Amino acid sequence: MIPAIVVFIYLATVLYIGIFAFRKAKGREKAEDYFLASRSLGPFVFLFSLFGTNMTAFAILGSSGHAFSNGIVTFGLMASSSGLVIPLTIFLIGTRVWALGKKYGFMTPVQMFRDRWECGHIGTVIFVVQAVLLIPYIIIGIMGGGTTLNAISGGVVPYWFGGAIVAMVVMSYVFFGGMRGTAWVNTFQTILFLLFGAIALIVIGVGMGGFTNAVQAIQSSPALAPLLTRERISPLYFFSYTFIPLSAIAFPHILIFCLTARKMNQFKKTVIFYPLCILAIWLPCVFLGVMANRVTDVPQIRAKQEARRVLATQGKTMAPEARDDLREKAAGDDVILLLLERYAPFWLAGLLGAGIMAAVMASDSQILALSTMFTEDVFAFYGGKRRFGEAVQVQTGRIFIVIITLFAYAVALRAPETIFELAIQYAFSGFAALSPLLVAALFWKGSTKWGALAVTVWTAAAVAAVAIFQQVVPAPAPAPGQNPNIVVCAVGGIEALSRTPAGTAVFGFMPVVPMVIVSALLMIVVSKITRTPRATTLARYFKLEAT
Amino acid sequence: MKRILLVIVVVALYVLHQDFWFWRTAHPLVLGFIPIGLFYQACFSVAASLVMWLLVKYDWPSQLEREIEQPEPE
Repeated sequence: MIPAIVVFIYLATVLYIGIFAFRKAKGREKAEDYFLASRSLGPFVFLFSLFGTNMTAFAILGSSGHAFSNGIVTFGLMASSSGLVIPLTIFLIGTRVWALGKKYGFMTPVQMFRDRWECGHIGTVIFVVQAVLLIPYIIIGIMGGGTTLNAISGGVVPYWFGGAIVAMVVMSYVFFGGMRGTAWVNTFQTILFLLFGAIALIVIGVGMGGFTNAVQAIQSSPALAPLLTRERISPLYFFSYTFIPLSAIAFPHILIFCLTARKMNQFKKTVIFYPLCILAIWLPCVFLGVMANRVTDVPQIRAKQEARRVLATQGKTMAPEARDDLREKAAGDDVILLLLERYAPFWLAGLLGAGIMAAVMASDSQILALSTMFTEDVFAFYGGKRRFGEAVQVQTGRIFIVIITLFAYAVALRAPETIFELAIQYAFSGFAALSPLLVAALFWKGSTKWGALAVTVWTAAAVAAVAIFQQVVPAPAPAPGQNPNIVVCAVGGIEALSRTPAGTAVFGFMPVVPMVIVSALLMIVVSKITRTPRATTLARYFKLEAT
Repeated sequence: MKRILLVIVVVALYVLHQDFWFWRTAHPLVLGFIPIGLFYQACFSVAASLVMWLLVKYDWPSQLEREIEQPEPE
């Protein structure tokens, strides 16, 4: 229970920082101050809060859980590819959006799209798709909070209550502190979870008597040895994953965060240090996730391994529901917590638990972003700001924060998926498919609103199609050494569409690859046959490039 | 020319991410316990940071900052 108490102290600290920031804010009824901290964040807060807002529950829980089941490949799949793609997109797109926001007063991506492509309701369609895709991300935070508090308290705090506490704390400081409070809380949290990785690695390493023996033991076990290589993942699947980080810059909360920098120079440190921050948090978590397979004296870990073994050996003959049940039992989202419980002293387990909570609670920015988008893209756009004033707009944003948090909490209580799967399958692929919108808006004069609409409708349809497909065709059991895929459509002997144990494959690629490629093609083709915006509008955007 | 070189560096790094040459082996174990595939990807992250530094140093879009200070054309 002591670790849980430390975590509760941490939650109180976070709450204080958020509310303290609120009290310090001047002119707090201005929308730009509440939603963008008056575009005034300094380099330190900008770097840490932007990084922190992109590191959610799966940075610690999901990464170690994925590594527990899949091995070291997790780092290359998600961390190192993100370390290249995300800072690159911040460099190319984030800086330009910042400049346009500063010049024309944009507070959301949709505001920019509406202005750039001279459209109204198409912007609303983009808003709806962004909002629907963002909600799973918020749910992840609440689910992670419930899982973490439940595990840290040794089951004393039930999942539903842990999720409720996290939802309440996040909702409160976003409600009172707005962007300034959220940015400061994120900065504090990022420092905590960056420290977490190194400390956890040392403490667990010492507890296990060093990693050399553990690695050798894993190598000598035929069932576990593949975890030290990438042989369980195909190179095409690995390549596909490099498309996923395209989602980061398309996430509204990341793009909105880009608008908060005081000067463009503040992007420099973020761009350079982003890969190193990812390395600092993901490398220890992935490594520890793999090492958890050697822990034989924690019954919960043994139960997970047993479920994995039964799934691999008998899964083929089981009913889909039984397979799903085993998958849930084998999921490793809490292995890092179990390792801490086993190896860290009580007081340290609490501090490290606070570090995990820091990552888990990154849903604050998404909640604030949704509120900003609703009040700017819907409330203000359809006349609410003009009729009721800016103070009412901010209050509307606050009410929206309460509603969206309660909704996300209700869904989190019922969602059966693991944290990781839920995020990847819906939000990440969808936002990656929306990234051509930004590229076209900022770099291609010939793009049109109809091209933007085509991209948005395609993204929504593709995400829905993947979700329905995976509901209709149950996931097969993994079959080490064989191809476990259920082939739904083949072309010339090649698997065109298959259901895999981890999701869906299109010609061996993850769905995100065709989703992004088709998005880009639709933007090009539809824009070519429709009318571009007026020359005066284009001049406002492309003189930035011409100089 | 400078920009072309930077594009080549970024594309080369992206290609280097697909390190199929360490796909099926854990050896050598760096420091006795880090599988080579994991070590390679960790080094890749450091390289990504260095490439970002090159981009910031040699191709920083400072014209954007100057531009926002200028008035709107009629």
